[in-house]
Amino acid sequence: MAKKVLEKIPGITPRPVEGHKPAAAVLRGVVDAVYGDAWDAKQRGELVGWSSSKFPIELAKAFDLQVVYPENHAATTAAKKDGLRLCNTAEDMGYDNDICGYARISLAFAAGEPTDARKMPQPDFVLCCNNICNMMTKWYENIARIHNIPMIMIDFPFQNTKDVSEEKIDYMVGQFEHAIHQLEELTGKKFDEEKFNAACDVANRTAAAWLKACSYMAYKPSPLSGFDLFNHMADIVAARCDVRAAEGFELLAEEFEQSVREGTSTWEYPEEHRILFEGIPCWPALRPLFEPLKNAGVNVTAVVYAPAFGFQYDGIREMAAAYSKAPCSVCIEDGVEWRETMAKENGISGALVNYNRSCKPWSGAMPEIERRWKEDLDIPVVHFDGDQADERNFSEEQYKTRVQGLVEIMDERKEAREAAGEEVYTNFDNTKPTDWSKPTI
Amino acid sequence: MSQSVYTMGIDIGSTATKGVILKDGSEIVGKIVIDVGAGTSGPKRAVEGILEQAGLAREDIQYVMATGYGRNALEIADFQMSELSCHARGAYFLFPHVHTIIDIGGQDAKALKIGDGGVLDNFVMNDKCAAGTGRFLDVIAHVLEVDVSELEELDAKSQNDVAISSTCTVFAESEVISQLAQGTKIEDIVKGIHSAIASRVGSLAKRVGIQDDVIMTGGVALNQGMVRALEANIGHSIHTSELCQLNGALGAALFGYQKYQNKAKKEARQAK
Ligand code: SF4
Repeated sequence: MAKKVLEKIPGITPRPVEGHKPAAAVLRGVVDAVYGDAWDAKQRGELVGWSSSKFPIELAKAFDLQVVYPENHAATTAAKKDGLRLCNTAEDMGYDNDICGYARISLAFAAGEPTDARKMPQPDFVLCCNNICNMMTKWYENIARIHNIPMIMIDFPFQNTKDVSEEKIDYMVGQFEHAIHQLEELTGKKFDEEKFNAACDVANRTAAAWLKACSYMAYKPSPLSGFDLFNHMADIVAARCDVRAAEGFELLAEEFEQSVREGTSTWEYPEEHRILFEGIPCWPALRPLFEPLKNAGVNVTAVVYAPAFGFQYDGIREMAAAYSKAPCSVCIEDGVEWRETMAKENGISGALVNYNRSCKPWSGAMPEIERRWKEDLDIPVVHFDGDQADERNFSEEQYKTRVQGLVEIMDERKEAREAAGEEVYTNFDNTKPTDWSKPTI
Repeated sequence: MSQSVYTMGIDIGSTATKGVILKDGSEIVGKIVIDVGAGTSGPKRAVEGILEQAGLAREDIQYVMATGYGRNALEIADFQMSELSCHARGAYFLFPHVHTIIDIGGQDAKALKIGDGGVLDNFVMNDKCAAGTGRFLDVIAHVLEVDVSELEELDAKSQNDVAISSTCTVFAESEVISQLAQGTKIEDIVKGIHSAIASRVGSLAKRVGIQDDVIMTGGVALNQGMVRALEANIGHSIHTSELCQLNGALGAALFGYQKYQNKAKKEARQAK
């Protein structure tokens, strides 16, 4: 049977910037180096911490502490198809199948279940905050209990208004001060303001370069696929205060710039459609997730997960405001605005949503957000059952049917719009750029 | 003299295979339902049976379009499309004013929003659980020791609605068993089961946005008890057709005709 499989467009493979390695390779090296540094520190008998991905790590960097990231470790483990085994181990330990797959993988690993997916030393302390989700608090408490180690916790109240109020900032800054005090006790060192400021400078530089790289998805055709950004997320999570990450992202942005000039792209297929992908990808099923899109020429040019890690701020109060925002910790008005602005900026004509069975906070708000997209943007939105780490919660066949349905709707609409001489993608009118971390104090 | 154009649509579902042959994109000259689906001899039997019925050979068919869960495995197909678009097209052919389709299939329940001209506008499908699907009805019928074809009649006899709260197949099964143990009449249980499915599927329809005409397709639409329960749930009257089970296959045959025509036009342009 004639099965439509799109061929690559020959001759549009991007080339590295003159005199440099490909940015993707550089960035892979940076994450490896972060974990390598942590191992070396452990070997030297220094303290190594585990941190939640949106902990204001600048505070720990003022003490020269090495940290690694359980979420990133769990994602890598899942992508290398060892997540299910660790999920099962956690379930044998008594953790319920309904809790986040990242947490299950991490708890199994913390309890001593080995995995070769990524070498990560066990922790001497944990840094936790609940700006990502509240489940995380319990997860990190249990790690702290398993290892009998200190937990430094920062409470970010849920962002139920668009602005972060002064009172909230006061509350968070108070906790920063307490965390600094705890870190002083832990390390026996004094807080070094200069090192803290230097870490903030690098974090801002990394975020700026990351957001710039993400912004290239606005080009038509795009010089990249949103799926590339998923691969680079390890750096923005694990190496925010590392100058090597800043340099890597600057190189990545330069590479995209060159691609735009030269008409090349990492998405080497015809760009029949452009869509928004909502949620964390199903790491163990990246290929099944990507193939049906690729075969139909659907490029993902908007991903909410990626730019949400670009915090930019000036001073500690703005830092508190910036860190209080994450895709699932902002009020629905902000959540909708972020996504709709991004949809318009990046010219999409449909959306695909992962109803992530692992992540209740993320999936909980989606039906309403999805409803608003249909209404405000007039695009078809299709969701599927997935899971970022537990492959038992994703059905490839069901996913394929949903993607095919989405493509068939987009095909029809594209044809009608082209015939009427209209813009195929969401229009660019009234679009103001998304400021992912805009401190609103 | 111009020759007739025959197109075939084969809808390979998880529990049944359906086929339609269309003459010139408008006249149904063959139709078949085989009660086994993907991965069985069903698709082959459907193709052979329907050709025989129409008195045609494979070579006489200009275009074969496959749809449904097993669509990728039909060797003889020229093309395949999702059952979503096919249901939209089939229903538009049968009911030109259709704007909402509710389809309960073997393992999927879906609500489709149809734009003017019969184009698929949006859709919502059930999650991977079997709640609210034809499979659910099969399991319950088995527990009640009745055939699914008897459910409609039993529903019509019911005087008292019993509430079955769960739509999880396994939980509902035990709820039904406990109702039976309490001596609840089978017809009341059947009605309760229909309402439970209706509330589950009705919410899919509400999410996609219900607009008249509402059409129900799929084999379950043959069960008027189920249709009544859904009507009560969504507050709209629902149209069905005796061809409802063949709707996906009919849509596929119609798309096949459209593809054939496009191809013919293209060839004519190139020949000029
Ligand atoms: S995936 Fe969801 S539940 Fe898990 S840590 Fe992230 S936000 Fe929390």
